[in-house]
Order: sequence, then structure tokens, then C-alpha cells
Amino acid sequence: MGVTVVNYGLGNILAFLNVYSRMNIPVQIASKKEDLARAQKLVLPGVGSFDWAMSQLRDSGMREELDELVLKRKVPVLGVCVGMQLMANASEEGQLPGLGWIPGKVRRFSEGMLKTKTPLPHMGWNTVTPKEHPLFVGIDRPEYYFLHSYFFEPESADYVLAETEYGIPFASAVSLANVLGVQFHPEKSHNWGAQLLRNFAAL
Amino acid sequence: MLRPRIIPCLLVHKSGLVKTTRFAEPKYVGDPINTVRIFNEKAVDELVVADIDASVLGKAPDYGLIKKLAAECRMPLCYAGGIKTVEQIDRIIGLGVEKVALGSALFEVPDLISRAVNHVGSQSIVAVIDSKKTGLLGSHSVFTHNGVRSTGVKPADLAKQAEALGAGEILLNSIDQDGVMKGYDYALIDEVREAVSLPMSVLGGAGSFDDIRKLVERYGLIGAAAGSLFVFKGKYRAVLINYPKPEEKRALFSLTS
Repeated sequence: MGVTVVNYGLGNILAFLNVYSRMNIPVQIASKKEDLARAQKLVLPGVGSFDWAMSQLRDSGMREELDELVLKRKVPVLGVCVGMQLMANASEEGQLPGLGWIPGKVRRFSEGMLKTKTPLPHMGWNTVTPKEHPLFVGIDRPEYYFLHSYFFEPESADYVLAETEYGIPFASAVSLANVLGVQFHPEKSHNWGAQLLRNFAAL
Repeated sequence: MLRPRIIPCLLVHKSGLVKTTRFAEPKYVGDPINTVRIFNEKAVDELVVADIDASVLGKAPDYGLIKKLAAECRMPLCYAGGIKTVEQIDRIIGLGVEKVALGSALFEVPDLISRAVNHVGSQSIVAVIDSKKTGLLGSHSVFTHNGVRSTGVKPADLAKQAEALGAGEILLNSIDQDGVMKGYDYALIDEVREAVSLPMSVLGGAGSFDDIRKLVERYGLIGAAAGSLFVFKGKYRAVLINYPKPEEKRALFSLTS
């Protein structure tokens, strides 16, 4: 079962390739829509600002094909960091509409909402409390690397897959059927991350 | 719960890794990629790699090396050295680096931070502040180009300016304490810490895990960066990569949580 990493110019493409190669899991890069044709699992990475990422994805020419794969053919997809945020309907960080794969909005941690004084960005290793789900199987006391100032607020608590505390509890992972997203960086989170990526490949 | 980060800082000089003392006397400590592999095994929290030749020689970043480092790192990577344009920042982030650090560019290209933030976001832009004591009173002052060029600017003022422009983190480096291994410079950290509310990492002076424990005890959530501590062992400074084990890390932090 191979994994296809969507390369639209943002994010840790090589880091994902290395993690999967080390585990002997077949992995490919998709840089144009033809490369997506036979994808069985998709990883959508991303760093940067919301509008910049959305416009890069649009310019890559892969947007429509991704919608087709994810929404119609129900191919499992894992969004990472901004790649997860793109799956929302909109973001407070930008004006462009998101992919809308999981109903929700991306919001900024603001001083008013935080119960404790916490600097932004949320940066570093934090604990993640997941619901029971194959993505988190076999991961003991999960800790992941976070680097963000915005978080995904799903329209329904049903879409929250894992929770993390930073001033307030927020959704550090979301899911809706075949669509999965994690706010943290599994590709940069040692064995906790490698196991999660292995689990995703095995879904 | 978010915990403090312990961050090895590696210096690239003539394609090898070196460790300096007060920004001078570079001593060879190893090959960059091999060293990253060892730090992978030790599950470090984060790595900073600074090319100390780039700005001084007016060179562009070494993208070949950055690409290899980013691919090898199983932990977040921050790159510093020779960055002057938004295009360079886009390219480096595109290679899979989580953060870029800007030093002399803060003076030479004052609007670089705000322009870069529009592309890559605040969380990926780090302002590096190299500080040295000057004058009879030993007041802290920012230096660039490996501590050679004096700017006459106070570290706290530069930190405030970087925060206003949208930087996501301050990396505060004490030139006086670099490689000395006698503890962090609290007076300097206090000055900057009071001026900004950004996440902050501090570098310069850590000589033992106990220095890190004291730092975290004093400041709580902070990035404890160090060079010598993680590459040298013993009073003869034999090269040996080391890093606290997970249980040692928990012991260091348990006092503060």
C-alpha cells in the first residue's frame, strides 16, 4: 500500500519520503495532476500562511483532481499542519475559501480566549490525547511537535480526533470519514510521528 | 502540556561543523549529516544549524546542504546564515526546513520579516539577536557578522522591533558566554524577556544539564539552546555528541511543572 505525498511547493516533502522509505513503505510524490491518477493514500503537507498555501495548491493544477479523489473516490487523505487547515471552509488568517473537506473554520489563538498567558506561536512538544482510532494505534503517551498560531475549529465535536491543551483545549487532530488532519508535524516527531504515518499507510 | 525545548545549535564553517569560543577559534566537531543522524537517535527536540560563513563572505545559503539536512532531520530544523531575500526564505522553507533565522538582515533589509511572514507565516520566522557587552558599564549591544559589526542597538529594542514586524520567535545569543560553559546570561535574558511576549530560545553559556534545569526553573517555558554542551565532553573538550535521555529530560522539567 503506497502513499502519495502532494507536492505543491510547500512543506516537508522529503521528510515524509524519508520516514516512509525507512519503514519500507512505498511512497511517491505527486507534483501535477497526472501523478495523482493511481493514488491510494494522500498526504497533504503544508507550511506558511493560509492564502499563500491555497494559491500555491490552485496554481499546482491538482486542486480539482484532489477534490475528485477525496470527495468522490473516498481516498484516505492526511493533512498536516497548514495542509490540515486547508481542509476547513475558511481561515481567519486569509480571505480565500478553503477546501471544505471538513466543515469548520480556522481560528487564531487570541488573548481573550486563552485561560492562561501563553506566547504565540504555539511552538514545541505537547501532549496529544486521541480518541480511539486506527491512526493512533500503538502510540504510547503521544507527544508531537507543534508550530502554529491558528487552529482548526470543527463545526461538530464529532470531527475532533484528538485534543491538546494550549491555553484552551483545541483539536490537534480532526477526521471525517476518509479525511484526516493533524495540526502537529508527524514527519518531525521522532517515533511518535513515524508510528502515526505507518498507521495512516495501513488504513 | 507544552514543555520547554532543549536545542542543540550547530555551526557550519567550510562545510564542516565547528564550535567556537566567544565567536572565535572554530574547532572542528564533525560532519553535518552524520551529526544530525546521531541527534536523530537521541530524539532531540529541535535543531538549529547556522552557517557562520554565509553573511560574512556575502554568500547565498548553501541549498544543497540545507536540502540534505532537512531530509535527514527527524526533528524540526531552524536554519540561519546569509538570508537576505523573501525568495531565499521561500526556497529554504520549500526544502522542508521549519524555520529560518534572520540576523544581519534585520538591519540590512528591515522589511524582510513582514514580507516573509506573508508567505511562510510568523511561526517560521526567527529573529536572531547576537549580543555582546560593551563600554565600561558592560551594557548589552547587538552585533552582526559573527560578532564583528557593532550596531549600537539594544537587544531588547531589536526584539521589540522584530515582534512588531511579525517574527514568531527570538533566538537570543550571548557572544560573551559562547563556548564558555559557565551558565546562561540571566541579565541579558531578563532584559529581552521583559520586552517581548514571543516564544524565546536562549543560547550561550550552558555547560551542564544543571544549567538548563536552572534556566527552566527561572523562566518556565523557554528554549534552552546550547552548542558546546552537546558536542564536547570533559575538560579537554573531546568531541562526543551527547543529549539528555527522555527520563533525564523529565527530571529536568519536573521541578517546574
